[in-house]
Amino acid sequence: MINKILTSVEEAVHGIFDGATIMISGFGEAGSPIELIHALIDQGAKNLTIVSNNTGSGEVGLAALIAHKRVKKMICSFPRTANSTVFPELYKKGEIELEIVPQGTLAERIRAGGAGIPAFYTPTSVGTPLAEQKESRTFEGVTYVMEHAIKADFALVKALKADRYGNLIYNKTARNFGPIMCTAAKTTIVQTEQTVDLGALDPECVVTPGIFVQRVVQIENPAQESKLVAENRRYPW
Amino acid sequence: MVENKIIEGWDVKQMAQKVALDIPDGSYVNLGIGIPEKVAAFVPEGRELIYHTENGLLGMGPVPVAGKEDPELINAGKKAVTAIPGACYFHHADSFTMIRGKHIDVCVLGALQVAENGDLANWSTGEPGAIPAVGGAMDLVAGVKTIYVITKHNTKTGEAKIVKQCSYPLTGKAVVNRLYTNLAILDITDQGLKVIEMAPGVSFDYLQAVTEAKLIA
Repeated sequence: MINKILTSVEEAVHGIFDGATIMISGFGEAGSPIELIHALIDQGAKNLTIVSNNTGSGEVGLAALIAHKRVKKMICSFPRTANSTVFPELYKKGEIELEIVPQGTLAERIRAGGAGIPAFYTPTSVGTPLAEQKESRTFEGVTYVMEHAIKADFALVKALKADRYGNLIYNKTARNFGPIMCTAAKTTIVQTEQTVDLGALDPECVVTPGIFVQRVVQIENPAQESKLVAENRRYPW
Repeated sequence: MVENKIIEGWDVKQMAQKVALDIPDGSYVNLGIGIPEKVAAFVPEGRELIYHTENGLLGMGPVPVAGKEDPELINAGKKAVTAIPGACYFHHADSFTMIRGKHIDVCVLGALQVAENGDLANWSTGEPGAIPAVGGAMDLVAGVKTIYVITKHNTKTGEAKIVKQCSYPLTGKAVVNRLYTNLAILDITDQGLKVIEMAPGVSFDYLQAVTEAKLIA
């Protein structure tokens, strides 16, 4: 029998190793799998490369993982956000690496990684500092820059509903990077607010087919990052 | 001779209104964070625009009433928004397929500098030690069919923002179609920067005197 639903976050993050590349879903707090990130802090893996649009806020979730010096390198489009202090301080001290990627290029590099496409050409960033040192080519009179796919060892993703096959749906704009990250990691780990029976998700409306998901854990009432930050909470508590 | 007094020209609302009047009915529109967002308030009655926000929503509605904010329903500025009837959600690769694939009709953005050939700099001042952060700006200017820039004509300290060549790192090369400033509306044309309309009290000579790039009447 296939059952990808695990009973604890500890089991869900089991086996994440030092030096791993991990994709973390979310655009700001929307879609950020905060309980899985906290479980990763407890689990202890370090020297990580994290692929995520932002760098977290306050000292919870992704910002807490960075504050605990577990992250060697961030690959992201926008490392500055309201209440984002942990990353800027480490970056200014030269204690964390940053690869800055235009948001759409970041998304497409992840999509390509999941789709078996090693590289692609995009018009984005041509003529800017972010295209320097990159191969370019002209198609139909227009210049494009070559970008490489990103693949990950693990993805941590937040969903709204999941079944035991790993089929997923998301909540509103919390979907953001989740579906593409699920495809681009060897082991995709999902926290979901609800688990449902097989057949409960309309096959016409499944957003992430279960084949892209390896582990699911239910977090019925996930913490809201901005509330924790407003309360000055720090993980671990 | 240009008189030595500063003309304020249009205020931000008037600038936003000028932009709104130029967006055709039925357009798919992406409004940048900040001043560009104000454009939505001035769309003439009877015109239907569909707003795209690159974090994954087509059919973005106004801000919710207080107490109805949903932290998982936000715009690209990470502010709470609503979804109109007929809206849809999608993941980031689809969202930037809409942008890069030239499906979005109009994007309105702010600027640090615009050059006379349409080069745009709006993501970084290139200061040493500053943390680079680009977001979706480079994708938007590379992919959206029409790029409008809304900006003050000069910086707070009076320096030119409309220049011969950008000194700040570029967001995109030759990407801007039209500029809406507090002093004028300017089109980027093959011949150069063409004045379309000037704010009340602004003369061509005055406009040229406060603009580094060469203007065409």
